[in-house]
Amino acid sequence: MAAPRLFRPTARLFSSRLASTALRSNIRQSACAPSILRRGYATETGTKEVTVRDALNEALAEELEREKKCYIIGEEVAQYNGAYKVTRGLLDRFGPKRVIDTPITEAGFCGIAVGSALAGLHPVCEFMTFNFAMQAIDQIINSGARTHYMSGGIQPCNITFRGPNGFAAGVAAQHSQDFSGWYGSIPGLKVVSPWSSEDAKGLLKAAIRDPNPVVVLENELLYGQHFPMSEAAQKNDFVIPIGKAKIERPGKDLTIVCISRCVGLSLDAAAELKEKYGVDAEVINLRSIKPLDVETIIASLKKTGRILAVESGYPMYGLSSEILAQCMEYGFDYLTAPAVRVTGAEVPTPYAAGLEAMAFPQVDTIVGQAVKLLRL
Amino acid sequence: MLFRAAVRQAAPLRRHAFTPLARRTVTTDAASANVESPLPDEDHKLFTVRLSDESFETYELDPPPYTLETSKKELKQMYYDMVAMRRMEMAADRLYKEKKIRGFCHLSVGQEAVAVGIEHAITRKDKIITAYRCHGFAMMRGGTVKSIIGELLGRREGIAYGKGGSMHMFAENFYGGNGIVGAQVPVGAGLAFAQQYNEEPNTSIVLYGDGASNQGQVFEAFNMAKLWNLPVLFGCENNKYGMGTSAARSSALTEYYKRGQYIPGLKVNGMDVLATKAAVQYSKNYAITGNGPLVLEYVTYRYGGHSMSDPGTTYRSREEIQRMRSTNDPIAGLKQKMLEWGVVSEEELKGLDKTARANVDAEVAEAEAMAVPDNTPRILFEDIYVRGSEPKWMRGRTVDETFYY
Repeated sequence: MAAPRLFRPTARLFSSRLASTALRSNIRQSACAPSILRRGYATETGTKEVTVRDALNEALAEELEREKKCYIIGEEVAQYNGAYKVTRGLLDRFGPKRVIDTPITEAGFCGIAVGSALAGLHPVCEFMTFNFAMQAIDQIINSGARTHYMSGGIQPCNITFRGPNGFAAGVAAQHSQDFSGWYGSIPGLKVVSPWSSEDAKGLLKAAIRDPNPVVVLENELLYGQHFPMSEAAQKNDFVIPIGKAKIERPGKDLTIVCISRCVGLSLDAAAELKEKYGVDAEVINLRSIKPLDVETIIASLKKTGRILAVESGYPMYGLSSEILAQCMEYGFDYLTAPAVRVTGAEVPTPYAAGLEAMAFPQVDTIVGQAVKLLRL
Repeated sequence: MLFRAAVRQAAPLRRHAFTPLARRTVTTDAASANVESPLPDEDHKLFTVRLSDESFETYELDPPPYTLETSKKELKQMYYDMVAMRRMEMAADRLYKEKKIRGFCHLSVGQEAVAVGIEHAITRKDKIITAYRCHGFAMMRGGTVKSIIGELLGRREGIAYGKGGSMHMFAENFYGGNGIVGAQVPVGAGLAFAQQYNEEPNTSIVLYGDGASNQGQVFEAFNMAKLWNLPVLFGCENNKYGMGTSAARSSALTEYYKRGQYIPGLKVNGMDVLATKAAVQYSKNYAITGNGPLVLEYVTYRYGGHSMSDPGTTYRSREEIQRMRSTNDPIAGLKQKMLEWGVVSEEELKGLDKTARANVDAEVAEAEAMAVPDNTPRILFEDIYVRGSEPKWMRGRTVDETFYY
């Protein structure tokens, strides 16, 4: 495998950077980024530090440019420049026909977007957050994901649903929920969840180009975070295949499978494990929730014999339950210890900072579980 | 008995229907149109029909012309379509009772004039979306009787290859066949959105029942359709009962054509295929000339129960059904007019009836003879995703049954 050679410096770079700064303080991170860049990418030219927000914006702009049938619809996407500024500047560039503000009626505008997709357009339907998409989940699933099968394959629906999902800081129970398991369980949908800027751009572009309904679960706390973007990723033909995970950090002792914001936490944890215990943890960024890259997970499990799933959704009936089940079904013989998971707690997200921290995976939670798993 | 009396009181539209002098509402008389001069001899030559002045009721809208250009040929076609549709639904009724059709089955017997009237007013480039009572619309959109009955029977050559069943039928510019009450309304507005986006001179006909008209997303769709001036014709097929709940028991305002508030409305006699055609023709022109949406209300009546499991008699009286059948039937109404106007002779009409029945029966027999899908994983798992874009595999009930594309 050529990957380790390629990934190792990157992984070290990520882990050292993320270990030194808290995830939430984006400004400090970007300030220290250039020195890291010089160190980490000494041999690579043309790499650029880009925020997830800008990467998403670039993806949208490129796809609007490429495909006339593509348009963006959602609350505050146009004149307000996006509630999280992901669609900044797109109205000016593409005009009100392609970038459309809606009233606050999720079921309604989601239904309209689905209808237009059935009629052949390629809408990108933004939800201000996926918490509000619960209002429209019937349209996403029953009108979007089911129609192709129910029609016997004569009625496709090329639509992308996107917006922030999962953990957000200090917004309490109704605004801080993870829907990975909800959408991931639906045949007919594809579901992706990016972590880095490259993920964000490549997966969103792939989602828009995919002829099926695709749900892109972003994370609000990652929007302002900077990540290096390779020269290839800066081009307008950069697409990441849906259904393929990425090994962010190779290792031999333990497999950590994670997604979205938890990839950053897991890389930090992996760095700590290396530093304190000399353990080489392999960190797999799933990128796709549906289809799930079981091959990559099992290949890693074969190598390490131990697996830890990390996600911020609820533990019951969720992504990590699925990963553990798949490990039982396809990797039982390779397991040298029971598979373990770190998830969000089974509790509506509390507001107070200390309690909130207890409701979601933290680096020390991951390290603690890994230590237990490895009997260190 | 008290309950029945209450139901009767709660159906003002019906009450008016039998007291022709009562104004403020449309008639449900299916034979209320007239012609003023002798008909041309040629089949295709147009002549003018005068509709009853109780055909429409409007809200913030000039009424459509009370005249309609039609031809003998078209009248015969409309008649044929309605007869064939009813024959097909009766075949479905029989097959259901023979336990050959599974699950839900919602028939539109009595409501034929709506589907037929609409189709004769638009072109195949206009789009239609409706709820689960969709067999007739699927037929008018070009679905063959064979494919529709085949679908009901779960056959491989059914209109949705046996994957959709009664409630999910699709054809070109026909978007189903939707099973979630009211959800098709914003989706239908989205069809019109696409037409506007593509600058097509066409409209989308969006149908929902009087029951669905209370769903929140119907009003969400109204709002955006008006805001963006979408060329959409919302249409409430008011058959007076949402399942077993009469309009008056479900709706604070039973004048469904006024429910768009800021959208003009048009109520039409949905038992009269000619009035329906005239209304839709006028409305389409209204929508595609930049005036935006309309809310139509097709006043109609379902003879049968809500679905096959509903005898349809606990929430309405047998007399009410009988009265509608015998005095307001859309097929009998058109038949009467065609004979009266000399469009066809008694003999020709019998011929038409016979042809329609024979054609439908033959197709039903063909459908019954069609094969069910092979019970193979390939067929089970096909078309979850667009071909060529599937995941590598989908899991079956067990790991062993996992299907690899």
